[in-house]
Amino acid sequence: MPYTPELRELIKKVEKTRPARVGQKRAGQEFPAMSLAEREAILKYHPDFKEDGRTEILVGPSKGYKIAKEYVSQLHAQSRVNPDSLDLSRVDYETDVLIIGGGGAGSSAALLAQQNGAKVLVATKLRLGDANTMMAEGGIQAATKSDKDSPYYHYLDAMGGGHFKNDPDLVETLVVEAPKAMAWLEKLGAMFTKFEDGRMKSLHGGGTSRKRMHYAGDITGAEIMRTLRDEVKNHPDDIKILEFSPAVELILNDQGACAGAVLYNLETEEYLMVKAKAVILATGGSGRLHVQDFMTTNHYGATGDGLVLGYRAGVPLKFLHTVQYHPTGAVFPEQAEGLLITEKFRGSGANVLNIDGEQFVYEREPRDVEAAAFIRECTERAKGVPTPTGKSGVWLDSPMIDILKGEGTVRKEFPGKWILFHRYGIDIAKEPMLVFPTLHYQNGGLEITSRTETVRPGLFVAGEATGGIHGENRLMGNSLLDVVVFGRIAGCAAAEYARSKYKDGALNLDHVRAYHKALAAARLPLDGRVAPMILPDYSNPEVRKKQLTTKYLGTLR
Amino acid sequence: MSKQETKTKKPTPPRAKKKEAGLVPIFIMGKRYDVPESLTIQKALEYAGYLLVRGCGCRGGICGACGTVYRYPDSYRIEVGLACQTVVQPDMYIAQIPFFPGNKAVYDLEKLEPTGATLGALYPEIFKCVGCATCTRSCPMDIDVLGYISKAIQGDVAAAAENSFDCVMCGLCSARCPAEEVQYNVAILARRLYARHLAPKAKHVAKAAQDVEAKKFDKTLRELKGKSVDELKKVYKALEIEPDMAEEFWVPKDKSNLSED
Repeated sequence: MPYTPELRELIKKVEKTRPARVGQKRAGQEFPAMSLAEREAILKYHPDFKEDGRTEILVGPSKGYKIAKEYVSQLHAQSRVNPDSLDLSRVDYETDVLIIGGGGAGSSAALLAQQNGAKVLVATKLRLGDANTMMAEGGIQAATKSDKDSPYYHYLDAMGGGHFKNDPDLVETLVVEAPKAMAWLEKLGAMFTKFEDGRMKSLHGGGTSRKRMHYAGDITGAEIMRTLRDEVKNHPDDIKILEFSPAVELILNDQGACAGAVLYNLETEEYLMVKAKAVILATGGSGRLHVQDFMTTNHYGATGDGLVLGYRAGVPLKFLHTVQYHPTGAVFPEQAEGLLITEKFRGSGANVLNIDGEQFVYEREPRDVEAAAFIRECTERAKGVPTPTGKSGVWLDSPMIDILKGEGTVRKEFPGKWILFHRYGIDIAKEPMLVFPTLHYQNGGLEITSRTETVRPGLFVAGEATGGIHGENRLMGNSLLDVVVFGRIAGCAAAEYARSKYKDGALNLDHVRAYHKALAAARLPLDGRVAPMILPDYSNPEVRKKQLTTKYLGTLR
Repeated sequence: MSKQETKTKKPTPPRAKKKEAGLVPIFIMGKRYDVPESLTIQKALEYAGYLLVRGCGCRGGICGACGTVYRYPDSYRIEVGLACQTVVQPDMYIAQIPFFPGNKAVYDLEKLEPTGATLGALYPEIFKCVGCATCTRSCPMDIDVLGYISKAIQGDVAAAAENSFDCVMCGLCSARCPAEEVQYNVAILARRLYARHLAPKAKHVAKAAQDVEAKKFDKTLRELKGKSVDELKKVYKALEIEPDMAEEFWVPKDKSNLSED
């Protein structure tokens, strides 16, 4: 749907202020960035600070921790399986390393585990590569340009973005391993955008002091993911892939170690037993839980399964009290609602404007600050741009990029977004985009060491399912980096554990029985809810009412 | 079914009447449902009561899980699109193709030569291409698939890589190819060959990787890790920021925390 006449009228205000803004940009005069005190003050408009959005967890290792209700509701639900009805002596698959999740972290882990001599089984909910990694657009951070950047600056930027609360050891690992991760990806044949001499192009992201965001067009995540996926499939003897088979519970053994998982075949509805010497949880994020009813940029399968599985197995949660809202999700046209508009637009110079075509925030604040500023503009200050569906947004002035960097830049640097909007009759090289914050990233998750170990021997976690690397707020480009860096580490660590530390023992699901007991003791209503959710339910509720003969557990039969 | 029969035009069903304002009739695998006119095919399936398992991925047009074919009753044309990106039109006959078998060559990228001979050896069927361009017409990303396959046949790996860059690997090209090719797998092989063996290497990346291997920053980082939050904030606030419009070879004034050489 092209812009309505009303919106076209408002775009004129943007066009009116544009020449002056372009002039300022050229002269290096930016809208003033906020001081640390100002940043703190504006964060009260951020959804994380809504007190009634949170509630206490009443069971488990992080009992008493207050996090979003939507997460707690998952943690307060029962297992999908009755431990007494599973026969653990009937093992369907046996492997050295079981990897749960086939996104960026799981695929990186699979390759490194294989390289370290392990037989690997990757179990994934949807297809291999169906993950948030695929959808990351903007880029991957790494301090690779030694004449102006180093891990020192990358460390400070990541800490500053995370409100200085990040786990210092994890951040150190992230920034030190970053150049190696980039070299590895280049060697695997990921097609990064380069200058003619081979130097990778790089840009700023929100909260970076140096331009260290490397990219592959505007589909950086997709390029990395499809390359990793292709490489994983180049080792059919060592890496087995089970698609449409999410894990619904971890299995422990009588040594107290994690030693496998129960998988659920989404098509045949069988529950299958995997015995493994080591297990890597790489299940990704949870945008599809729609915290505070926000729209999300996340993948269909992002339902936080790893949080539930790891937590029941005794792993504490960290930093889950913060959720990242990406400042720029599309709010127009309606079909594109929630869709990610990469931060690279702002990194390339596009201003953010209110209904009067005026700047109200510097476009490269850290994500939480930027999002909070948008929300304030649209609520308290009532300067948002109204959409035909009754929502409100702010302008992202993409045409500035063509003016600043030459005609055709938007089309060349953002081919994916250009085509998409073109189909809706909008030329983003000439017309601005309408945006509003959208649920984007699970900042926190399961606690790990810098070797991706958890308190449970044999259980490793990597990627978005973990907490601590990004503190209370992740910077752009640090998540693609995180999945590659910690995925690789997890692959090595799990292979090594399987080889030298694993001790065989009888399998059990006693932790699930104990968890169910704790739920009962907390007097939580046993309303038949189960977790993990596996898939969100977007089917028509009116139709649901008529689907009488189907017994539902969560969203699936 | 004989050729004659397939050519016979099926009787056009009577144009469905609008049920109520804003709803349009669509036919999911031949069955009629009335859905709001602004929905994408994906959301229309859900509105009709489907809980999607296959054929649904990123919901944002990049993962290639939801390749869909459709047809209008009065047209001979097969149309294609990604279900998450295509808005429903009245009287569409819709079927999703969430999976289509396609062979993928297994290879060691390090040992391959970045040549057309490699592409031809791993995917010999590319030479069976009849040039019909059904692949190009079937591409929801508007990629000139025939164009890049032609480049692959000619041995121009770089062009095959660059011209296929936007591919989401949905498989619609392959599903309709009379020469039974798996274009998207040829494309990713071309891209990996190009990026690994033909594109100039990023020397700065190799150097930065060596620097961290040599533990050049371990001491600096240990010091940073030892700082209190207040001290860290002080350093953070004083950081020199590379200007937005700075040239590629901008250098900071303070070089004390960069690699020495």
